[in-house]
Order: sequence, then C-alpha cells, then structure tokens
Amino acid sequence: MNGVHDMGGMHGMGPVVREPDEPIFHHEWERRVLALTLACGALRRWNLDMSRHTRELMPAAGYLASSYYERWLWGLERLLATHGLLAPGEIERRMAAGESAAPAAPAAPLAPAATPGLAPLRAAAVPALVRAAGHARVRVDAASRTSRSSTMNGSVGSWP
Amino acid sequence: MSHDHDHGDDGEDGAGAPWSDVQLRVQALESLLVEKGLVEPAALDALIDTYETQVGPRNGARVVARAWTDPDFRRRLLDDGTGTTAALGYAGRQADHLIVVENTPSVHNLVVCTLCSCYPWAILGLPPVWYKSAPYRSRAVLDPRGVLRELGTEIADDVEVRVWDSTAEVRYLVLPERPAGTDGWSEDQLASIVTRDSMIGVGRIEAPAEPPAADGADGAGGAAP
Repeated sequence: MNGVHDMGGMHGMGPVVREPDEPIFHHEWERRVLALTLACGALRRWNLDMSRHTRELMPAAGYLASSYYERWLWGLERLLATHGLLAPGEIERRMAAGESAAPAAPAAPLAPAATPGLAPLRAAAVPALVRAAGHARVRVDAASRTSRSSTMNGSVGSWP
Repeated sequence: MSHDHDHGDDGEDGAGAPWSDVQLRVQALESLLVEKGLVEPAALDALIDTYETQVGPRNGARVVARAWTDPDFRRRLLDDGTGTTAALGYAGRQADHLIVVENTPSVHNLVVCTLCSCYPWAILGLPPVWYKSAPYRSRAVLDPRGVLRELGTEIADDVEVRVWDSTAEVRYLVLPERPAGTDGWSEDQLASIVTRDSMIGVGRIEAPAEPPAADGADGAGGAAP
C-alpha cells in the first residue's frame, strides 16, 4: 500500500512537539479504546496485522484529522462489523438512545457465523495475554519495501 | 467514566475529529460489546491497569542499567534482545522481536515507526503522543538531526546517525551511552537516571552531580510510573 499512513519522508507535517509530563492517556475514552481493542483482539477473529491494515484503510483526510486512538476506534468498529460482531448503525442507535434518555436500543444479536468458539477475555487471563506475542508471523517481502524507507541510512522499514 | 465532551482541544496530532462526540461513541460501543458478551468489564479494567501502572519505561531502564554494569549481559543483549530481556521477565506484547542498538561516541541511534506506532511495549510501555505523531513519523527518517535538535539533542557532524524504522515484526531499543561521573554507582542508581527518551534515541543521559539515593531509584522519567 502507498497510503497516507506511510509517512516516512513526507513534508509539511510541522515540528515535533513533546508534551512535558505527558500522561499515558489524555481522556478516559482513550483508556477504553485501548482496552476494547486488545480485548476484542483476544476474541481471535483477527490478528495484529489485520488490525493495522484496517486502520490503514481509513480515508486519507480523516486519517490526518484524527488522533491516534480515534484511528484505533475507527479500525475496531470496522473489524467488528466485518466479522459480524456489530450491526450497521448499531453504535449510532445506541448513542441516540443515550442522549434522549429513552431506554437503550437492545444490542443486535451476533451473526450466527461469528459465534462458534467465541469466548470473551476474562480478567484472570489478562496477564497471560499481556505476556503473549501480539501477532502471527508474516513473511516480509523485501520487494514490497517502500522506496522512501529503504533508502534511509540504517532503516529496515518494511510492511508486506 | 466521565461524560465530558472534551474532545478537540487536547493538542493531539489530529485536531478536528471525524466525529465530535467520541466519548459518547466509545461508551455506546463498550455497552454494546458488554451486552453481546464479547468483552468483560473486569478484563478491560485489568488491561488498562496493566498498561497504565505496571508496564512502563522502568523496565527498559533496568535493562540498560544491567547492560552498563554487566559486560556479559550487554553482549547477550546486543546479540539476542528478545531472549535476554525475556529472561528478566520483560517478554510479551510488541517485544517478540526486539533488537537492541548501542549508542557509542561515533554512532547515535534513533527509533521511529513511520507506518504507525510500533514500539516495544513490554520494555517501554505505551508510546508517547509525539512518537505516534505525523511530524515525528515523517521527519525522523528525512531529517533526523533536525528532529533531534528540536527535541533538545544536538548531534555532532562527525557522529553517524542511524535511524531504525520499526515494523509490526521488529521493535528496537536504544542502549544509551553510560554518562561520565557514574563510576561505582549501583544498578538501581543507574536505572534511576535512564530516561524513556534516551531509550528511543531522542535524548542523552546526563548524570546528576550526586548519585541518587540508593533506595529512591525510580528511573525512566518522562512517563508516569
């Protein structure tokens, strides 16, 4: 892919700004997005490479305008929808119900094809998950390296 | 979970979100996933606690301090970063192919992930916003000396700068130079002065005039504990 996410060598992004005493999360919802992403990844319907690839499918203008965890949220929603775990419009309906103080719209049932072997991550299994490798091995094809990255001194940037 | 609609003024790398009510959206998503039985709230809390309070750059600081005091460990670390850090208990997510690169008087190493945010979580915790930002990702490979200067580190012209572009497969840890004036310090004292940024390669370590108190070692400044 030659998408906007492949930023090495791009011009016009401005100076690097380091925030003094930066907190690990800036908002509660960022904590939740990290945890939801890892917990849903533990459902083993997709791997880390598929998560990254999905975020890279975000349209370029939206990608540049979004913060890091907004991209994660965008990717997670699409992975859930692609795998039949979230119905179209389901989040919007729940949000609308929340704002109107009406009873929440019931969650849509899972698509039957998505359910075999589906087991949510339990808190007791979190330490093992954290210590486990995060993705399946994939073969790196040298020919797919970007010209921008591969010409840099010492760089080994590549993404199949 | 608060209900503040505070998005958009946080100085992150993307002002102007595709939606304005991201907090509400995440709450809606979480409630749906819990109702569907796909996520367990206690597991979410455990994941957050892990990455907010348990895994962080103090892990990396201990690796660096050990390498500074134990030549055999240093050799093994440079030869096999994954296995050697795993033996200290720092195995896991996003560190399963760890390569340790050593700064010397003639070589300065800098780590970036131009494609996203790959980073050795098990060793350094979650990456800071600037590491994940478009300016750093685009310019670290184009103008590493300029980026280092902006972040407060001037690299002499006769020092080679090597930029390592992380991937989903391979993560990097910089072994910074041990600062002068730290002879005889304990491993804990040394760990207390190792900063997160020095292990990414965007900062050098300066030794304080006096060694830190041996029992107050709390290294890897620049991030919460």
